[in-house]
Amino acid sequence: MFSVGLDQYLILSAVLFCIGLFGVLTQRNVIKVIMCLEIMLNAVNIALIAFSQYITPVTLTGQVFAIFVMVVAAAEVAVGIAIIFTVYRNRESVDIENFNILKW
Amino acid sequence: MPTQVPWLIFLIPFISFLLIGLVLRPFLNKRPLIGGYVTIGAVGISFGLSLWLLSAVIAAPGHVLPVDDIEWALIGNLSIHIGVLVDSLTAVMVIVVTFVSLMVQIYSQGYMKGDAGYLRYYAFMSLFTACMLGLVLADNILFMFVFWEGVGLGSYLLIGFWFHKPSAANAAKKAFIVTRLGDFGFLAAILVLYAQTGTFDTESLYKIVATGALAGTTLTWVAIGIFSGAAGKSAQFPLHVWLPDAMEGPTPVSALIHAATMVAAGVFLVARFYPMFEHSQEAMLIVGIIGGFTAIFAASMGLVMNDIKRVLAYSTISQLGFMMVGLGVGSVAIGIFHLFTHAFFKALLFLGSGSVNHGTGTFDMRLMGGLRKAMPWTYITFVIGSLSLAGIWPLSGFWSKDEIMVVAFDNQPAIFALCIVAVFMTAFYMFRAVFMTFHGEYRGGAQPEHGGHGDAHSHGPHESPMVMVIPLVVLAVLAVCAGWVNVTGLFNLFMGESEVQEIGFATSFFGVLSHPLPLISLAIALLGILLAYAMYCAKWISPEKIGNVFKPIYIMLSHKYWMDELYENVIVKTILYNGIFKWMAMFDSSVVDGTVNGAAQGTAAAGGVLRKLQTGQTQLYVISIAIGAIAIVACLYLFS
Repeated sequence: MFSVGLDQYLILSAVLFCIGLFGVLTQRNVIKVIMCLEIMLNAVNIALIAFSQYITPVTLTGQVFAIFVMVVAAAEVAVGIAIIFTVYRNRESVDIENFNILKW
Repeated sequence: MPTQVPWLIFLIPFISFLLIGLVLRPFLNKRPLIGGYVTIGAVGISFGLSLWLLSAVIAAPGHVLPVDDIEWALIGNLSIHIGVLVDSLTAVMVIVVTFVSLMVQIYSQGYMKGDAGYLRYYAFMSLFTACMLGLVLADNILFMFVFWEGVGLGSYLLIGFWFHKPSAANAAKKAFIVTRLGDFGFLAAILVLYAQTGTFDTESLYKIVATGALAGTTLTWVAIGIFSGAAGKSAQFPLHVWLPDAMEGPTPVSALIHAATMVAAGVFLVARFYPMFEHSQEAMLIVGIIGGFTAIFAASMGLVMNDIKRVLAYSTISQLGFMMVGLGVGSVAIGIFHLFTHAFFKALLFLGSGSVNHGTGTFDMRLMGGLRKAMPWTYITFVIGSLSLAGIWPLSGFWSKDEIMVVAFDNQPAIFALCIVAVFMTAFYMFRAVFMTFHGEYRGGAQPEHGGHGDAHSHGPHESPMVMVIPLVVLAVLAVCAGWVNVTGLFNLFMGESEVQEIGFATSFFGVLSHPLPLISLAIALLGILLAYAMYCAKWISPEKIGNVFKPIYIMLSHKYWMDELYENVIVKTILYNGIFKWMAMFDSSVVDGTVNGAAQGTAAAGGVLRKLQTGQTQLYVISIAIGAIAIVACLYLFS
């Protein structure tokens, strides 16, 4: 058995981040894209907390920052879902490839 | 004498201008006569103060009064003072300006009566007089320039006084633009002077020139620049074209412009900066040649004019040429003395022509004739003025013109030859005007042009009211006597010349006739009068026949040597409009606009290409961001 240290947390964080990024880049359903974004944000949170725990355990700055990220993520989801609702009402679709009227 | 006096001489007419413009015209427009009284009062007080100033200057040692100046502005190291310079030249000029202006203002009460712009007229007159007084009194070249332009503004406003007439509006513009050409040289000279000496102060400039610190080519160019300004204002060839057109203004304005203010400014300027001319032979020669040429050139055009005011206008140009000759080959005293005497008899002649116009309603001499009986006062005073202008002994014009002829003969015989021909022409055209206007039979006249009293004139010509006649008489007296102040050389002494003839007044008064030169010019002038008599009064010679014999010359003269056409068609239209300006317009529309429009079009084209990157595919953007982030990290990893 090996002990769990900073490296393992960072590897977990990186793996989650890459899964999230892959989902954002490949999924066509906007809901899924937003879910993948959330995975990316949570990967970052894991990294932040791991760093905080192992490098500056006294000051807790990483933990506090992670809470901020969660707040922002919650707000972002609220706004994102609202946008998706409106777009869906207009276009009857949640396919991201149809969200393309803001081009040249 | 309190030091405030010279300031007040200038300030009182200026305050009168403000009073009329800001108080009387908005609030008392129903009672215009008050404006006339205010102006006459202000100019009258100025005249009184000028007399006081003159007596103080005569008593002062060296004829210079020290007056403190005030610092007006300090910009870096450049300190600009305002102050007054009171010397003999100033004293003489303020007397001339205030006196002629006073006479003109009094006369205008009759001439401008009933005009809708009566108050405006007097406001402008006050401004014009004030600016001329400021120019004369200013002690530094910068403020001289300010008032110099002020005089230009005054003349513009007054020449275009009846601005609803297109001819008057055009004449005003022409006067302003043509004099502005000369002013360019003046301004350039000021800048060169400041760059070379670091001062604007007139007396400091005198000292610098006297020590030779400023000499050679630079000085010559400065002097020529100043002279070009003077040539514009004093209507010297080739900038004389504005003056005959300036006749569109009311006649008293012409009298003021021609006698005391506008055109005298140029001669005054040369006199004021005379030390600069004295140290440059070339500049003196140019002044003399331009003056001599203008004298004969303008006189020749005066021979054929049918408009009485235009005859007088060309005569003024010609006489200004004489003044320039006096300055160019003689001295300040000689040139200014002619200005001094000329102011009186030319003001007289112009006011006389205005009186004739008042009586007949026209300026065309072909429609006059026989006014001798109807307008005796105008006739007598006009003849006195003409005799004085023609240079007949012992009237004032003789004394001043004689001095110019003597110095011209001694120094530049060629210029003397030009002058003697001009003397003949002067005598001829003045008496042509006298005979055509006052002798023979009355030939009809015309409806009066200036407002308000049309009906009163249907019964034929009549004498003008007393308010117009009295200034004529006063000026006529001076046209006779003003020259006598220099019979014994008193005026020259006052102006700083050293030589005084130690003989009595009576001796030199009559003794001048024993010298050959004055006799010759007198004889030539009499010959001119005789010829005019023969052609236009006794009709021994028919003017039409002479005109037919010399038809090309007659046509050339009556077209004013095609100078107006030369300026209008050749210089303005061909060279400027179709030449330089066209090229400039092309440069502007193709190169300048091309650069600006090209930059805009290039940006738009680049944008047209670059916007294709905006595909609207969100995931493409995310990929770009991800690749960018990876690239940054890779760079940091590889290169740090």
